[in-house]
Amino acid sequence: MARVAQGIKSLFLLEFVAAFWLSMKYFFKPKMTVNYPFEKGPLSPRFRGEHVLRRYPNGEERCIACKLCEAVCPAQAIIIEAGPRRNDGTRRTTRYDIDMTKCIYCGLCQEACPVEAIVEGPNFEYATETHEELLYNKERLLEKGDRWEREIAKNIELDAPYR
Amino acid sequence: MVEYFWTAIWPWIIWTPILKAIQSLAFIVPLLILIAYIIYADRKIWAAVQLRRGPNVVGPWGLLQSFADMAKFLFKEPIIPSGSNKILFLLAPLITAFVTIAVWAVIPVGSGWPANEGTSWVVANINVGILYVLAISSLEVYGIIIGGWASNSKYPFLSALRSAGQMISYEVSIGFVIVTVLLCVGSLNLTDIVLAQQTGLANWLGVPTLTILNWFWLPLFPMFIVFVISALAETNRPPFDLPEAESELVAGFMVEYSSSLYMLFMLGEYLAVTFMCAMTTILFLGGWLPPADIAIFNWIPGVVWFMLKLWLVFFMFAMVKAFVPRYRYDQLMRLGWKVFLPLSLFMVVAVASVLHFFDLAP
Repeated sequence: MARVAQGIKSLFLLEFVAAFWLSMKYFFKPKMTVNYPFEKGPLSPRFRGEHVLRRYPNGEERCIACKLCEAVCPAQAIIIEAGPRRNDGTRRTTRYDIDMTKCIYCGLCQEACPVEAIVEGPNFEYATETHEELLYNKERLLEKGDRWEREIAKNIELDAPYR
Repeated sequence: MVEYFWTAIWPWIIWTPILKAIQSLAFIVPLLILIAYIIYADRKIWAAVQLRRGPNVVGPWGLLQSFADMAKFLFKEPIIPSGSNKILFLLAPLITAFVTIAVWAVIPVGSGWPANEGTSWVVANINVGILYVLAISSLEVYGIIIGGWASNSKYPFLSALRSAGQMISYEVSIGFVIVTVLLCVGSLNLTDIVLAQQTGLANWLGVPTLTILNWFWLPLFPMFIVFVISALAETNRPPFDLPEAESELVAGFMVEYSSSLYMLFMLGEYLAVTFMCAMTTILFLGGWLPPADIAIFNWIPGVVWFMLKLWLVFFMFAMVKAFVPRYRYDQLMRLGWKVFLPLSLFMVVAVASVLHFFDLAP
């Protein structure tokens, strides 16, 4: 009896018809795809994207060249050289390089930073055509910090209760 | 002498080739545009079932995607493996594309004028149309075998063998299915096969306006299913795409191909798929005949009905790709040789007996 039923099932392709109706239901469902360049998915305030170097509101750069980020970096992507600043003799970085192709985006540098100078911002669209463009130096990082300051300040504020 | 030119040389040596060339061109160009949109529809339907959007960037709703792909393929560098047999390697995609285009020559796409007198829109209205189709479509396997072998690489070779075995196995049951249809028609001409579906079961049941019942899909029902499934296997479509299973192998016999050579293979593959849709339409779905003999349906030109039916069959092909899991190779061979072959052989005998003993044979 079971074999007869199976025979009828396969002759009239009953399972096939059931599968067809199921997939037709999915055919007319709203699509899950996010139309990426035109619409973007939500990002957490903790999102770890491109690095920036921040400044104080008065324009003073935050980094004091303590080299904690360089020490903690597991990928050894950060290179810092420190020295006294020319006009007032305070300790500042003379060189701050991040190799974005070495970085693993673990976020340990921003955890280590005592002055919230190095922060991983919400930007993730910085693909370049050459490797050299991804070797960021201090000017580049400060410039990125100026550009993303509003978003980063907002994210730090949103994340502050959980720290 | 001048008279000889006008009676013998002009019509047969000069005028006929020119006319046929114009006809072929007028057929091939819309055909290739149709193929571009068949590929687009295939991707869109597959995407829709998986809740994706599919190509939607090039042109409105991505309608120009296939043309962009074609341009991309043409401008890529063709890489020919150093160990390959260069002549055969270049010949294989040409064979595939040539053969799959050539087979369209006998496909009638619309009713001729005056209607119903054995005329139709077709490049070559030959009396042995079905034999031509079987002969030419059997040559498709050479493109695959040569392509896989000339690559001089083990995976293309293995998948070419698989593909050849699969195509030959299913050609057998396709042949028997076509024989059952021919028994009911009494002609090898594809136009006659369509016109034979003008009368039949609907008249016998007393509802002559419902011409959809006249078509062979209903009286020869199991054969319709066998033909569609064999067509899937014959053209290496999912769920029978073992030679080029994307998730397991890379691209089967096309692994070593790139650029326009790869495009020719893909073109040949989709031409073959569309050809199988057209054959299903002609053999079982009444070609260009309207589904009901009422005023509005009769006004629509036959070529529109033909295209609608072709797209309907292709929609089924694309949906099958989306929801049927891939067969194992032994299951494929079992289905071909131990299910379809006995079934279609039995149906040939049964149909022939019914036609003979009830005196229905045309």
